[in-house]
Amino acid sequence: MVSSLKFSLRDMFLEGVRPLEKILGYIEVKGEEAVIDASELKHKEVNDLLRYTALNKVKKVEVINVVGQRYIGTRLHIPNPSPRLEIHIKGTPGNDLGAFLDGHRIIVHGNAQDGVGNTMDDGEIVVHGRAGDVVAMSMRGGRIYIRDNVGYRTAIHMKEYVGKIPVLVIGGTAQDFFGEYMAGGRVILLGLSLKEGEKHKAHYIGTGMHGGVIYLRGRVEKYQLGKEVGIVDMEEEDWKFIEEQVRRYCTYFNRDMDKIMEGNFLKLVPVSKRPYGKIYAY
Amino acid sequence: MRFEINRESERHLPDKDLQACGLFGVMNIEGKRFGGEMAIKAIVNMRARGNGLGGGYAVYGLYPEYKDYYAMHIMFQDRNMDAKKKVDEFLSRNFDIVYDEEIPTNPEARVMYPPLVWRYFVAPKKKGEDAKFSDDDYVVAKVMHINTSIEDAYVFSSGKDMGVFKGVGFPEDVAEFFMLDELYEGYMWTVHSRFPTNTPGWWGGAHPFSILDWTVVHNGEISSYGTNRRFLEMHGYYCTLFTDTEVMAYAVDLLMRRQGLPIEIVSKIFAAPMWDLIENMDEKKKKLYTTLRMVYAPLLINGPFTVIVAHHGEMFGITDRIRLRPITAGARGDLVFLSSEEAAIRAVSPKLDLAWTPRGGEPVVVRLKRKDHLMSLKESV
Amino acid sequence: MKTYMLPEFIIERSDERCIRCRVCERQCAQEGHWYDEELDVMFHNEETCIGCQRCVVFCPTRALSVRPHPSTYRPNANWTREKLQDLKKQAETGGVILTGSGNDKPYRIYWDHLVLNASQVTNPSIDPLREPMELRTFLGRKPDGLDLKVSEDYEDVEIRSELYPNVMIETPIVFSAMSYGAISYNAFKSLAMAAKEFGTLFNTGEGGLPKSMREEFGQNTIVQVASGRFGVDPEYLNVSAVMEIKIGQGAKPGIGGHLPGEKVSINISETRMIPEGTDALSPAPQHDIYSIEDLSMLIYALKEATNYEKPVSVKIAAVHNVAAIASGIVRAGADIVAIDGLRGGTGAAPKIIRDNVGIPIELALAAVDRRLREEGIRHKASILVAGGFRNSGDVIKAIALGADAVYIGTPALVAMGCTLCQKCYTGKCAWGICTQDPYLTRRLNPEIASRRLVNLLRGWSHEIKEMLGGMGINAIESLRGNRDHLRGVGLEEWELNVLGVKGAGE
Repeated sequence: MVSSLKFSLRDMFLEGVRPLEKILGYIEVKGEEAVIDASELKHKEVNDLLRYTALNKVKKVEVINVVGQRYIGTRLHIPNPSPRLEIHIKGTPGNDLGAFLDGHRIIVHGNAQDGVGNTMDDGEIVVHGRAGDVVAMSMRGGRIYIRDNVGYRTAIHMKEYVGKIPVLVIGGTAQDFFGEYMAGGRVILLGLSLKEGEKHKAHYIGTGMHGGVIYLRGRVEKYQLGKEVGIVDMEEEDWKFIEEQVRRYCTYFNRDMDKIMEGNFLKLVPVSKRPYGKIYAY
Repeated sequence: MRFEINRESERHLPDKDLQACGLFGVMNIEGKRFGGEMAIKAIVNMRARGNGLGGGYAVYGLYPEYKDYYAMHIMFQDRNMDAKKKVDEFLSRNFDIVYDEEIPTNPEARVMYPPLVWRYFVAPKKKGEDAKFSDDDYVVAKVMHINTSIEDAYVFSSGKDMGVFKGVGFPEDVAEFFMLDELYEGYMWTVHSRFPTNTPGWWGGAHPFSILDWTVVHNGEISSYGTNRRFLEMHGYYCTLFTDTEVMAYAVDLLMRRQGLPIEIVSKIFAAPMWDLIENMDEKKKKLYTTLRMVYAPLLINGPFTVIVAHHGEMFGITDRIRLRPITAGARGDLVFLSSEEAAIRAVSPKLDLAWTPRGGEPVVVRLKRKDHLMSLKESV
Repeated sequence: MKTYMLPEFIIERSDERCIRCRVCERQCAQEGHWYDEELDVMFHNEETCIGCQRCVVFCPTRALSVRPHPSTYRPNANWTREKLQDLKKQAETGGVILTGSGNDKPYRIYWDHLVLNASQVTNPSIDPLREPMELRTFLGRKPDGLDLKVSEDYEDVEIRSELYPNVMIETPIVFSAMSYGAISYNAFKSLAMAAKEFGTLFNTGEGGLPKSMREEFGQNTIVQVASGRFGVDPEYLNVSAVMEIKIGQGAKPGIGGHLPGEKVSINISETRMIPEGTDALSPAPQHDIYSIEDLSMLIYALKEATNYEKPVSVKIAAVHNVAAIASGIVRAGADIVAIDGLRGGTGAAPKIIRDNVGIPIELALAAVDRRLREEGIRHKASILVAGGFRNSGDVIKAIALGADAVYIGTPALVAMGCTLCQKCYTGKCAWGICTQDPYLTRRLNPEIASRRLVNLLRGWSHEIKEMLGGMGINAIESLRGNRDHLRGVGLEEWELNVLGVKGAGE
């Protein structure tokens, strides 16, 4: 239907999206494995096909020629029968990769953009490259491993509850507001992209932090830290946790574990659970 | 669609545009010219960042055969021939017109309410008082005159050997309308996909915004707009479009063209470092940054933005100081890219030698025959 | 530090009537009353009294009265008692002054300057008691038109257009966002129960939806996704009727919120997913939304997360450029635009912000409705308005100005017992509403409170039907945006222009 309305709305996201039956040609299913060629697919179409695979007993999907398609893995909350997919991405996935992710596994063979694991609930994301801003924002559970650097506001407002503790491991360094508002979770920043003795790039680290732990390997100046964080001594449990996670990082990205563990680790925790308790007049 | 400056009260100034967008720029640093395919393909990749109410392109190295003449692209709203007559008269009076023609367009393109678009190649014809103006200032004054005084006429491009093409539609529709992929080549292209919340049907409101050969494409909303605008008015720049971008373009013109500051300094005015970071600098730097903030406080661009500013031989991208809007740079051979998203760069160049994201407020400067863009790598991730 | 502040209220007790039953002592959440056994006397402390009237209502012999304290400073139109008290409070604490509820300052209330029409002679009024009177409302995006396939005999008609998800409500009134955490579980559940019984919606606010309530109340729930992303998991989104992205709140446009750690009990900790006793910090912006195209990204993220089965609402505070912002929101893909005005309520906000930031909802609504119509996109989103609706008259005027439905918060709280003492942020609500203290929350019985809420909805709905009938209209959609049925009284020219209504008599 041609619209007669004057500045009628054109949906930049859904315009031109084809129905599922018209895009089945872009997917090849072989038993429990499938390959999706995303080169001509729109954002929604990629997820239409991923949902289709999940509902058709596929366990492992390779999505090739990805160029900026958003929300990969988001539309896979399928309570019954709750399938679990392993999604391999070749190319550059778009923003909000694995947003609200519900227990699936995503492996990116390349760089990722902004919003990786936004409000992710469970599962695992592994990025063989770098990632953009707000990685792991409000993350609630599961694990994210980024091989190289990340942008601004990583791990912002990450959460936890009792046993459900999200984990984020970053191989490189980060930009400003790292761990801002953190309310829970464990974050490890390895600094492997820095030169010998070079300090981390982020300013305002852990500003507003009121829960969770940041483990930072390498050098950082006091003025780079937010007012709300303090450096405390590492305890045995911390070493155990770091070792376990670094081992996983090294397995995924083929790095030398001993060399990483030789580095200097700092443990950053919030000074208070209530950083702003005193600014109000009651 | 344009607004007179009301001298009695600012109460009746229209609200400025609020808008957000996708940006992309590419330069061949050896100056080799190429077609529009890359710019179009990249911006199509970021379709979800615009909403179909504006798209536009700036192309440099566009008119080598007329490279000594100012190329004016002028749109006539509602194909108003009376406006065209007035513009023709005005231009003949003030310029030598060496050539003019209707810009070829494709009527099949899916754009909204296309105006008549015409281009003129002109040389200033300065008389009497005007002689004291430089050519550039003369052209600026005449462009301002057309834009504020001739109803339904609007100059949307006025530089030499470059041109802006823009309109209402998705950027690919605008490209189709102007047949950019078939007709033109340049050594540098910037492109913009617009998501406006004001003046939806106004072709002049699309980006790039330009004055002379300076073009700006912009993403974000400038919270300091009122402060910036009123400061610039003091320096003779009247914002007639009420977009953030216009403020940005005039600020660049004032600081870079008129006051001669390099972008490396201008970026520290627009995106000044925080006071607590200045506190930790060595004395000399501390003094410089403190002075910059003190003198140019009204030109601090506050609020989220990414801009790509271009003029002949140079293109730079910069974000606000706490990086509320995205930018990614990429390089492959002689091509250097700036983009809102890395995927858009990968869409036109799957393999890159480098892909990086500068710190907030840190410019990525791309210059002809130079490797200046590599300087921003230091603080990047 | 010795406080220089005057007590705000005076408590007066008739000793003749007082039977020393000590109900007042037990009911007061401020420890304002106590009994001295030796003297057999009830004492009270006016310093702590907040004027919530709990003791007055519950005193079995009506022995108590509480009223504003008569001590005043020298009257001064500029330096009012409130301003002086605030200055002293800040001198004593150095803090940001907090408050609760909505803006109480005398900004013009446009509802009180708009009057409704009624039929006389030329058009019959309709009697809603005996004839159908329809309030059913659909919230969500509507298509430009329908593409139908009609059989040759016109008997079989097939809808070929793809329809957007819409939610049906039985009255154009829904409960505003009030989070579990800000209000008690019992108050939260009462709202849910009433919404379900009446066929309308309640809004979770940003504190999540306890797992135990999801199955039973999900389909009457607007689940909020706000800057703190508390309790946002895939199931939370998928059980809902509507998802709402909260950008701003009328009581505190542009700022976030801090639910104090003492309110974060174990249950709230679980629902919000932050450690017990930790401040629940809601950042001022959503950190994945710095721009309109980012908003669009989150809108579609939510649609993706729920398989495109639910409408997405975007709630903003009414601010200067509200019309342009609303247009952007609709173009960004929202199915509902919710606007919260200057007088919108809150559980806690800096007083300076509550009282000084934002614009009245009436003007915002009129501007937004007009703007969306000018652009030809009004049908692309429903408009929900909030902020200071006091009775059904305000509601029906809002609908005539162009709203699809109205959010009510304060009226619902008042129905449950709230007396607008504005001390919600202290967590010591004697009415069991805005508190997490188990001793206090027990006072609010969801069975009774939900009945009070249903009664309120029923009363208002009846009144709306009466007024509609009076105008000769028997379906609410015929009044929506029908400004012919409004006239202004005592308004300036510019105000009539913004509202798009004629003056009375014109």
